[in-house]
Amino acid sequence: MKYHLVAAAGAMALGAQGAAAQDLTVTSFGGAYGAAQQEHMIDPYMAESGVNILFEDYGGGVAEMKAQSESGNIQWDVVDIEVIDLERACSEGYVAVIDHSILPPGDDGTPAEEDFIPEALHECGVGNIVWSIIFAHADDAYPDGGPQTIADFFDTEAFPGKRGLRKRPQVNMEWALMADGVAPEEVYELLATEEGQQRAFDKLDTIKDDIVWYDSWSQAPVLLNDGGAQMVQSANGRIFAAIQDEDAPFTMVWDSHVYDLDVWAIMDGTEKEEEALDFIKFATRTVPLSGMQDVAYGPTRKSAQDLLPEEVKQDLPTAHLDEGLKADGVFWADFGESLGEKFNEWLLQ
Amino acid sequence: MGDITASPLTRTEDALGAEDARNAARELRAQRLRAFLFVLPLLIFIAFAFVAPIASMLFRSAYNPTVAELVPASLEAIEDWDGEGRPPDAVLTQFAQDLKRLANDRTSGQLAEEINRFLPGTSSVVKSTARQLRRADDAALAADGPALLLEANDAWGEPGIWRALRKAGQVYSASYYLTALDLETTRDGSIQPRDTRIYLQLYGKTLWMAFIITVLTLVLGYPLAFHMAHSSTAHANFLMVFVLLPFWTSLLVRTTSWIALLQTNGVVNSTLMALGVTNNPLELLYTQFSTIIAMTHILLPFMVLPLYSVMRGIDPSYMRAAMSMGSRPIPAFLRIYLPMSLPGLSAGALLVFIISVGYYITPALVGGTDGQMISNIIAFHMQQSNNWELAAALGSLLLVLIVALYWLYDRFVGAGNIKLG
Repeated sequence: MKYHLVAAAGAMALGAQGAAAQDLTVTSFGGAYGAAQQEHMIDPYMAESGVNILFEDYGGGVAEMKAQSESGNIQWDVVDIEVIDLERACSEGYVAVIDHSILPPGDDGTPAEEDFIPEALHECGVGNIVWSIIFAHADDAYPDGGPQTIADFFDTEAFPGKRGLRKRPQVNMEWALMADGVAPEEVYELLATEEGQQRAFDKLDTIKDDIVWYDSWSQAPVLLNDGGAQMVQSANGRIFAAIQDEDAPFTMVWDSHVYDLDVWAIMDGTEKEEEALDFIKFATRTVPLSGMQDVAYGPTRKSAQDLLPEEVKQDLPTAHLDEGLKADGVFWADFGESLGEKFNEWLLQ
Repeated sequence: MGDITASPLTRTEDALGAEDARNAARELRAQRLRAFLFVLPLLIFIAFAFVAPIASMLFRSAYNPTVAELVPASLEAIEDWDGEGRPPDAVLTQFAQDLKRLANDRTSGQLAEEINRFLPGTSSVVKSTARQLRRADDAALAADGPALLLEANDAWGEPGIWRALRKAGQVYSASYYLTALDLETTRDGSIQPRDTRIYLQLYGKTLWMAFIITVLTLVLGYPLAFHMAHSSTAHANFLMVFVLLPFWTSLLVRTTSWIALLQTNGVVNSTLMALGVTNNPLELLYTQFSTIIAMTHILLPFMVLPLYSVMRGIDPSYMRAAMSMGSRPIPAFLRIYLPMSLPGLSAGALLVFIISVGYYITPALVGGTDGQMISNIIAFHMQQSNNWELAAALGSLLLVLIVALYWLYDRFVGAGNIKLG
């Protein structure tokens, strides 16, 4: 009896939100990427299905999912998440398992299982884009030709100037080892050892005085633009947008880039799993995926790649996979925290 | 207080008899109740928004039942193991069965995460083993658990991983506090410094930066407040606008405007270069220097406002009297004015110091590497590494530190000396 009273009072308090409870809440990273998703996935889906979507931004990571899951108050339905975080969200039960057999075939008739690139079909997610972390340099900083390889990035004599890096161990440790001559396929194996970690820190030491640290991707093109750094680490789409939309005199370097996928995942415990699945089925069809070229991220379906003009393909990470290294979500789930601490200690030295 | 109200009451009792005394007492009770009801909303608010979160944070920093709830039977089985070599087969069998259950509930990741904290690299071992055991036959697990476990990953033959499991299984543990103090326990239970040392250094740096910022706001704020307190009301109000206007502007706006000022091609650098002071732009942004300068600017009103309101109340004739009796201006100021302005000074200094110790957003935006403070590391453990227990321990230590500093302050300066107006 008492419980019913409480429930009734709760229902009354939530009455104002009753209408909103019918909507599907989709969360992604915002910015130009969010705008492209809005245009090619969210809006067309709303028009087709009649479902209203609340499209929200978040900063990535698992912390907010953990908070929602632990409090039992699931507010999101669908999340756009990086595979590096998905690994963890999936095994800790924050996102639901997705049956891949429900995915529609590509527009050219290829079955989904063959149409998606293999990494795109994760136990708990369906691939959305392939994106990459590259470095770029300002053209006017190096009139005689800029850095071409990751070793050049660490060569402060041949290429003087500030290097903008994101303040975290991810990617920086991998780059340090590759610049030190380690083959891409051995990077993670080596980084799992004390000696490998020390070798990476030693290599980073050689450019420590020339590094400008930043916190969010949006700062990378800004640093390059205002002269705060002569070369920066960046998500490829950010630099692409600066070149494309603002005619910024930047050059992207694909050597040793570290690529990863973003996938759509469903929050475990949401009441709208059916609707969420329906949205994901729509958003990962061939045509919506091909729209992600707007922000220079590669589509995860081969049939979507076939729709792209030849000159655009060259600007997408999918055209450069053999020059790059796939970010290892399993490695970072193992060593993210301990390397994070060591990295912070190294910064303080 | 009690005495004052009690004495008139006893007198009325004598004069007016028992009936009236009861009425008076009832009236007094009603008044007290009304007064209490007025504060009640605030008390409820404080309880929910302040006391409860802090209490749960303190609790969380030492209490972590995750592993104990996930694999209680395995922890019980491993209790008698001496910590050397491989644990008995019964432990392995029990754990293999537990792991299969966790894999099917999809909670193996939570276990992996916790064990990984004590032995980095273990997360993938736990998860991949769980994946392989998911479809294992129950009977085979019961009969052949150890073999299946070792077949999935030979790391299960090492004692280290089992010690990590046992450590992670402690429901109440001081290990997060030890980590926050750059310490760890060894296998025989003694305490030794950790290999990675960051937190003590950061606490020290945070306190040092807060101290510098407090001194800077004092140096800048004291003369300003003095000038305002001793000029005409119209002039003081005019100046007050310049103190309050930035105070009312959003914190983010003020911080980002410092980015615009200090960046490589920013206002400061281009001015310096135009004046010929320097040929190459100076490196101003993303340093400790930029954190200190931006925070000094942001926290200046907290120093000026209490100083000003206290100084307004100081009668200027005291200074004149001291001077007329032959004191020189500086000794007169030091002996007469400064002690009288001390309450405002203490309040301002304490406010600025305590606020800057816990500052987060400004160091994160303009601080770069060496401008980091302890709150940025707490945020790292909340948002990136998801080690909420360690974040709670670091936060609790910060709280203890501030309370201790306040106590010291009270001993030497006296909390009664604080005055906001």
